[in-house]
Amino acid sequence: MSVLILGATSPIARAIAGVYAEEGHAVYLAARDVAEAERIAADLKVRFGVRTGFGAFDATNLDAHAALVEQVESELGAIEVALVAFGDMGEQEESETDPSAARRVIDINYTGSVSVSELVAQKMIERSSGTIIGLSSVAGDRGRQSNYIYGSAKGAFALYLQGLRNRCFRSGVHVLTVKLGFVDTRMTYGMETAIPVADPADAALAIKRAASRGENEMYYPRFWRGIMGVIKVMPEALFKRLNL
Amino acid sequence: MKTQWAPTKLEGWGRYPRHSAWVARPERMKDVENALSERDGHPVLAYGLGRSYGDAALIKDGRVVLTQRLNRMLDFDPETGWLRVESGVSLKEIIDTFLPRGFFPPVVPGTQFVTVGGALGCNIHGKNHHVDGCWGDHVRRVELLVASGDIVICDREREPELFWATVGGMGMTGVILSLEVKLERVESPGILMESVRVNNLDEFFEVSADSADFTHTVSWVDCVKQGASMGRGIFMRGRHAPADVQTGASPLDALASFAQRILNVRDLESNLWLNKATIKLFNEAYFRKTPAGTTSSSVHYVPFFFPLDAVDNWNYLYGSRGFLQYQMVVPEKDAVREILEVISNSGMASFLAVIKEFGDRDHGGLSFPSRGTTLALDFPNFGTPLLDMMERLDDIVIASGGRVYLGKDARLSKAKFRQMYPEWEKWKAVRDEWDPNYIFQSELGRRLGLVGGAK
Repeated sequence: MSVLILGATSPIARAIAGVYAEEGHAVYLAARDVAEAERIAADLKVRFGVRTGFGAFDATNLDAHAALVEQVESELGAIEVALVAFGDMGEQEESETDPSAARRVIDINYTGSVSVSELVAQKMIERSSGTIIGLSSVAGDRGRQSNYIYGSAKGAFALYLQGLRNRCFRSGVHVLTVKLGFVDTRMTYGMETAIPVADPADAALAIKRAASRGENEMYYPRFWRGIMGVIKVMPEALFKRLNL
Repeated sequence: MKTQWAPTKLEGWGRYPRHSAWVARPERMKDVENALSERDGHPVLAYGLGRSYGDAALIKDGRVVLTQRLNRMLDFDPETGWLRVESGVSLKEIIDTFLPRGFFPPVVPGTQFVTVGGALGCNIHGKNHHVDGCWGDHVRRVELLVASGDIVICDREREPELFWATVGGMGMTGVILSLEVKLERVESPGILMESVRVNNLDEFFEVSADSADFTHTVSWVDCVKQGASMGRGIFMRGRHAPADVQTGASPLDALASFAQRILNVRDLESNLWLNKATIKLFNEAYFRKTPAGTTSSSVHYVPFFFPLDAVDNWNYLYGSRGFLQYQMVVPEKDAVREILEVISNSGMASFLAVIKEFGDRDHGGLSFPSRGTTLALDFPNFGTPLLDMMERLDDIVIASGGRVYLGKDARLSKAKFRQMYPEWEKWKAVRDEWDPNYIFQSELGRRLGLVGGAK
């Protein structure tokens, strides 16, 4: 039995890996920066004495995804929990002027996420057991001029997870969608914001609890459900005039 | 990923002085290298948990690298106790992880909230200095990002000069990325301790001489009292307890943790709490709370080692003016008496003062501990009169052949520093060899003439 962390080097992913390792689960850390994945694996081994594995994972290299899933299962056993945590915001302005930049954001946040989630889900459905946690974003709830390329990819991923949840339900496999607001990571560091920024360690605990309780969709920090509720009900005729 | 530099006002634990800098928070090692190469011509300095008191971790308008996210534990050998960690790992994390397995850091200061990088930069000491020396004595294989952009591994065998300059080097030789520290075996989280009420300074020295077989000694001292009771206090001595000792949590700790949940000490920031009257009252009460003679007890390690950690942000109680710590070591007992006299006569009371006799070891470079008695005193920032008194204390310290602790300092002059630290030139020569262009600087280093400006 193992926990697969995809995009392991982000502070939230590392914190979630820690929460599972603390419970004694074997954890596999997959990331583009393999050296860093190895350091995080070493850290979990020293702190919690669990079995760990690490390896290269590039969201855009679809052909390598199946081999990675096989590798994890042969090394650490059946994947019981998979966290899809990788993502890349890109630069909105660059995405508007350079189609290849826009495509990269879509490939990482949507295509890559779908590809690896499908492969893991297939394994879990065969065993009628497992949990997939997908990290989406509040940016995916409504398109806004400031980051709609990234937002649309994350929104599409949330929609995909909804369908996957529906498909997996009969086999007892669970899918949790996490819509992240501001968490204290590289993305928000140095940002001037009136909205409080959540600590990655607190986020990890809340996400793990929600997954264990079988929640379907959560916002974190929780108050973002209210914020996005307001944003989602605004009439489009008004919303298109705003600068949010 | 380009380095994000956020304009931030930084302060040390004493909250005096304060300086703005451009601050980055690397999430991984690679980011530190990027930050150094993207410093844009500005000087660079690492900042850990901000527990050095003065301006050691500040650099006005410079580029500051926070190490708090560099906290991976990389390797541990349970046979020997050697632990390899990134520089942002805190002593609290080490204790929480390894005490259940029977290991404890070899040296701990008065707070758990320091990073291992900061511990090496200040070459910290603890209550066991007379037995175990300083933090640097238990460290090997330091990974240092130096001015050239290279990562150099140094210790007593590899690049020994660079290692010597880095231990106690106050962050001015480079950014410490990781190190190995040798944890010591302990059998329980408890401390067997004795509290001895001492009625004056002579009694303190008597009890201190009688306590050589205790691994940990420290004494609280009342700096308000004058005359025959000058130097009265509570002498605490202890050792890690054997496995079968039970320690109860104290009701005070429970109260403190309850209080933390309902209030934030930062909201209590006021210059009114700590004044001459309240400090006098506290010192009287503290002395009275311990019965006369010797009291034995077994206590949990937290109240023994880290009594002040019970109150987060207690430094805010000094108000927006901040406070200054004065910690010195003097080889002669008469100088201790003279210093206490100057302080009690000044009427500027120290809320909390501790006194301890160091072991005989001198650690060289800019390291602080050496043979003699150390006093550490916290003063509300009374401004000019306080700074003037500290100048007078400097003179007493120099006359006795002592020095003040740079990790606590915010005001020492260059001339007096040079008298206190005769090895400064040798230290600077090694430092300058590795960083000829003064890429690594701090306000403290500039003030003491160690970096920047004219050579």
